[in-house]
Amino acid sequence: MNWQAVLSIYRFEMNRTFRTLAQSIVSPVLSTVLYFVVFGTAIGQRIDTVDGIPYGAFIVPGLIMLTLLQQSISNASFGIYMPKFIGTFYELLSAPISVLEIVLGYVGAAATKALMIAVIILITSTFFVDFTIAHPVWMVAFLVLTSLSFALLGFIIGIWAKNFEQLQLIPLLVVTPLVFLGGAFYSVSMLPSGWQTVSLFNPVVYLISGFRWSFFGVADVPVGISLFAIAIFLSACLAAIWWIFRTGWRIKP
Amino acid sequence: MSAIISVRDLEKTYEGGFEALKGVSLEIEEGEILALLGPNGAGKTTLISTICGLVSPSSGTVSVGGHDIVQDFRAARAMIGLVPQEITIEPFETVLNTVRFSRGLFGKPRDDGHLERVLRALSLWEKRDSRNQQLSGGMKRRVLIAKALSHEPRVLFLDEPTAGVDVTLRREMWDLVRQLRADGVTIILTTHYIEEAEEMADRIGVIDHGRLLLVEEKAKLLHQLGRKELVLELGEPLDTVPNALGDFALQLSDDGLRLTYEFDAHAERTGMTRLLGAVAGAGLSLKDLTTRQSSLEDVFLKLVDKGRNAQ
Repeated sequence: MNWQAVLSIYRFEMNRTFRTLAQSIVSPVLSTVLYFVVFGTAIGQRIDTVDGIPYGAFIVPGLIMLTLLQQSISNASFGIYMPKFIGTFYELLSAPISVLEIVLGYVGAAATKALMIAVIILITSTFFVDFTIAHPVWMVAFLVLTSLSFALLGFIIGIWAKNFEQLQLIPLLVVTPLVFLGGAFYSVSMLPSGWQTVSLFNPVVYLISGFRWSFFGVADVPVGISLFAIAIFLSACLAAIWWIFRTGWRIKP
Repeated sequence: MSAIISVRDLEKTYEGGFEALKGVSLEIEEGEILALLGPNGAGKTTLISTICGLVSPSSGTVSVGGHDIVQDFRAARAMIGLVPQEITIEPFETVLNTVRFSRGLFGKPRDDGHLERVLRALSLWEKRDSRNQQLSGGMKRRVLIAKALSHEPRVLFLDEPTAGVDVTLRREMWDLVRQLRADGVTIILTTHYIEEAEEMADRIGVIDHGRLLLVEEKAKLLHQLGRKELVLELGEPLDTVPNALGDFALQLSDDGLRLTYEFDAHAERTGMTRLLGAVAGAGLSLKDLTTRQSSLEDVFLKLVDKGRNAQ
């Protein structure tokens, strides 16, 4: 195991984050504040409670998840796409490192950055609403597992993408709608029963539900199923990455 | 000397069917400078990219320092530094961080002393805190070399190191390569500048259409294939070569003012005395007389032509 290489990639990527601090951290925080102002304060005054939780507090886990998913994907996809775009990817292929080490470095850094932003958003939200976290350990577990899984997905997107449009395609066309329809701003139980069934095919429902459970102890789906769903997603991403490097797909002629 | 890199029956067919390498076998000796010479698209870059792990071989084997590049890729790659043809460099990172990253990627512990020596040798030390995008083209190329040297490789691949580089920088690059060789680093460079191969290499490999046409010591190559030409400048133009000179396979220039005689400079009898006697006998007046050693360029073109005709 070439830990030195993992650390080098990790440091290099984190450097990139701190170099672009404003766009990396300030912009997601700003957009979260806007969500709080619009959804929490303006609309929330008319909704009162959902599942017995004040609406402003109810949307906190959903907002964190929304940003966490977007950030994990974009950080990881950008991180691995840039060397391909600039051409420095040759160095990763010629270095004495394995797939595992490349993935650990890039995905680890992408997940770390996403987690940092999630924590900042969590702290920001305490300025707007009052809430307590029922299961803090599980909350951290959900955060870490989700950021890792989606950073892996981002890594795959970054390898797959041949241009900047493709890099944005899946996050914009697939992930954002899934999050909005995944119960970030409402409880799935509020939907008509037909749409509730449809929602169960949206993997993000399980993430947000499980994450919200760690805050308030209430969930749309049992928490065990949420964990199982993340585990399946994580395994699928790992399998895809293993296949990519084994076959050299879009990496190695 | 023993082989540090051993390439056996290497073949590479790209997706789409293009055969870039058609069974290349090559032994590279430790400590030598080997120049791979060939026209564009000959397979030079594919060959070194395969050895360095950028391209998967279709068949055949490569070992570096006795380590197979597939089975034992870590040990093999750890020995190699690669300077690619294109300038590919992280634009926003500083020079020192870029080089430090490369060293780490190759699993070497941080050693700022070594990096300082490398950067100083490449006249980059003053620029260590500059961002790569602020550097000139020549400096960027040197950053690529610094990256390749950051992990103390025993073999250095330079893919077209002086393409698009000005004369001064080219000289500097050559000096650097000689210095590295003196330090015991084996160097493989690809080039289509014959002058470069002639100037630098211990051995020269000629590659064309995915085949290695020949690998030979430079001096031997020039000796074996080197021909000399004797050019006779005439006082009066000729329409045809006089019959009296028919035995000498002379070539008459279009303006009829020059006769060229090709001979082997190392042969016991060059035929020159006899020719000059015959010229005097035919009553031709000479204005001037020059000889010219055929360069590696002529040798190279001959080889490539021969290789293509043989196919």
